[in-house]
Amino acid sequence: MNKVNPLIVSDQLARRQWLSRLFKHFCTGVTFLAVAILGVLIFQVSVAGFGWLDWQFLTSFPSRFPERAGIYSALVGTLWLVTLTASLAIPIGVLAAIYLEEYAPKNRFTAFIEVNIANLAGVPSIVYGILGLAVFVRFMGLERSVLAGAMTMSLLVMPVIIIAAKEAIRAVPSSLRQAAFAVGATRWQVVRHHVLPSAIPGILTGVILALSRAIGETAPLIMIGALTYVAFVPEGPLDEFTALPIQIFNWTARPQETFHELAAGGIIVLLAILLLMNATAVYIRYRGSKR
Amino acid sequence: MTAAVGSRPVKGSTSPLSSAQTRFGEGLLEKLFFFCALLSVLTTVSVIGILAFETYNFFQKVPMLDFLTGTRWTPLLEPKHYGILPLISGTVLIVLGAALVALPVGVASAVYLSEYASERTRNIIKPVLEILAGIPTVVYGFFALTFVTPLLSTIFPSISVFNAASGSIVVGIMVLPMVASLCDDALRSVPDALRQGAYSLGATSFEVSTRIVIPAGLSGIFASFVLAISRAIGETMAVTLAAGATPNLTMNPLESIQTMTAYIVQVSLGDTPSGTITYETLFAVAAVLFASTFVLNLGGTWIMRRYQEVYE
Amino acid sequence: MTEYNSILKADALTIAYAGAPAVRAVTLPIYEKKITAIIGPSGCGKSTLLRSFNRMNDFVADVSHEGQIRYRDQDLYAPEVDPVEVRLRIGMVFQKANPFPKSIFRNVAWGPEINGMDGDINLRVETALRQAALWDEVSSRLDDSALNLSGGQQQRLCIARALAMEPEVILMDEPCSALDPVSTAHIEDLLFELKEKFTIVIVTHNMQQAARVSDFTAFMEMGHLVEYGETDQVFTRPTETRTEEYVTGRFG
Repeated sequence: MNKVNPLIVSDQLARRQWLSRLFKHFCTGVTFLAVAILGVLIFQVSVAGFGWLDWQFLTSFPSRFPERAGIYSALVGTLWLVTLTASLAIPIGVLAAIYLEEYAPKNRFTAFIEVNIANLAGVPSIVYGILGLAVFVRFMGLERSVLAGAMTMSLLVMPVIIIAAKEAIRAVPSSLRQAAFAVGATRWQVVRHHVLPSAIPGILTGVILALSRAIGETAPLIMIGALTYVAFVPEGPLDEFTALPIQIFNWTARPQETFHELAAGGIIVLLAILLLMNATAVYIRYRGSKR
Repeated sequence: MTAAVGSRPVKGSTSPLSSAQTRFGEGLLEKLFFFCALLSVLTTVSVIGILAFETYNFFQKVPMLDFLTGTRWTPLLEPKHYGILPLISGTVLIVLGAALVALPVGVASAVYLSEYASERTRNIIKPVLEILAGIPTVVYGFFALTFVTPLLSTIFPSISVFNAASGSIVVGIMVLPMVASLCDDALRSVPDALRQGAYSLGATSFEVSTRIVIPAGLSGIFASFVLAISRAIGETMAVTLAAGATPNLTMNPLESIQTMTAYIVQVSLGDTPSGTITYETLFAVAAVLFASTFVLNLGGTWIMRRYQEVYE
Repeated sequence: MTEYNSILKADALTIAYAGAPAVRAVTLPIYEKKITAIIGPSGCGKSTLLRSFNRMNDFVADVSHEGQIRYRDQDLYAPEVDPVEVRLRIGMVFQKANPFPKSIFRNVAWGPEINGMDGDINLRVETALRQAALWDEVSSRLDDSALNLSGGQQQRLCIARALAMEPEVILMDEPCSALDPVSTAHIEDLLFELKEKFTIVIVTHNMQQAARVSDFTAFMEMGHLVEYGETDQVFTRPTETRTEEYVTGRFG
């Protein structure tokens, strides 16, 4: 290397800098391509389905005749499903998280439960469907009821809720707990009056994300046999039901173009619901972080 | 306040310290909470128990060796064959294609996010990736069927309506956010001091990224690959809709195939009574599916936990 | 002082982060094959000034410069100057040892390799390790991970890594602040040998160290250069009262 050279870019360095710029442009381009795919997907769905979105579409039952078909039973079914799932999975999930963070002794069994929960979060949703089919539908004889669906979904989203709630609880500073213990509070009083209130925004965010997963899942519901022609809405937890993603699957699987457009209409409604829920989660997180 | 405290005698100050028996409710609550946590273990035990039980029944009728090494899968047609290899090859084909899409793109996006993007751009891209990750898989199936397949057929006119290529592309898109986000975490956990050390030796950003940052975050990147592959194996709706229902021992992505998950869906679309051999195939196939994802998930989290220790 | 040859020169240099100046109108020459120490209380801008000499400040968002840094007769911040080229010639050792998670050998060989330097790489690594007084301790285990070395050894490895590039100037940002006294003495001895071949700029908050090792000393406070001169003069006959107060330990 000749040291008295002035600082000019040598050929070799120019080549390296060129490669470096190319790499940067590649990484940038690829990332924005992923963003663009989301745009294409939404555009594609909107173009196909927007024409079908009207009051009649939302209030009609499915039909063999596309112009009379709607998603009423699917919407009501999804509402039933989500309500039941929420009332099962949220209490159990949050209480499990409280146990693991606040009560559990630091031993190997607790560690085993934690690893087990992390692994459950990665089990394919269709395996939960198999479990639901064998235990709830057949063994417990719940048949194709919305309750069987909700119990299956609860098992599916429980790890998500537990993991999110654990994180939220762990984020509560331990000085708060010590302060409460120091004035003679019992463990439950500490949790009930201090830990939970501080952890609520984080828990809620996790709960909303878990429930949006339950709204979008299809495979487990197909497993428990929810894919039938349902021209009525469930009136109790033991009634048969259909759900929005099931209806979308049903229409997409048909060869006729018109049914694909109906599916697109259903997708718009589904994505709108999910977007609303996500926006709520983001809002809660934002408010939580401001406090 | 002081007056109120003073006016009320503090019970414990003179009486002996009471035993924990007065806290009876506390112990009960703890037991309830423990049971809730135990439910997760119960879930795993039930999954494994049920899969093992029904698979055992299945192996009473079909020898295990035939199941694992047979090259024809026709349980719904005569003559019936129960060789799972076509379903496995279908799954592998989807996973390979998805990996081809998601792994390079995921790593490149992670490099962009951690090494190049401004804080503002990050704050836009990360939520977009989260949205991509939150889109239901049935929507991706619709996208594959109505957009990706027509697009592919203009390039490959010979392509089947249902084909592995279309399915694997959308599965790739589906797992991409997970790869990108986990790799981003891995790259960002590489201390800045290493980057500065490399830059001070006259390295370009390409050299710093590919020769210092990526190698230092390699185990995290590898863990994300393992977890993404596990996710792709378990993916169901998109491949059911786009890749077909033809158990096919092929590695040609333009042909129609069937994955393990798609077979399970196909059977459950009909009504299958308990105790029949068709019912039991569901569990045998699900057992293979569960075992492979279980091993990959365990491996992935193990790798992840190891790399987290390196810089702490 | 004019008999010395200045290789780097800050000229009315002001550096600001997000508009807040950290270095204010500093003019400071760096003489070739001498050790220049920059001292001052924490937050006085000494590290910022040091990092501007090889454009490491480029990585800080929202940083702005006024004035010039001249390297021989060129402006380091001129648009046609490639910062990579600058760092090839002006190396750096950081406050905390930051070896790459690679073998000892690869740590030293990495810089010359990516920059396509010719010659025997083994010889280059050995020379650098000898110059950094580390060779005897590591020659038998060059393929071990650098992360297995002790803190003092890691810092000397980082010095060797910079030396392997055969830079003209080595910038050291409080290189001993994380080290024990024995390792510190090791590195100070090393500096004396290194100045035969290299120009060294060292930032330190340890005044004894500055007095022991440097030929010239610059004292900075709140972004201003308060005093600059030969180390002897700065420590024994400072012209500014602020300097006197600082070097005698009455404040800071």
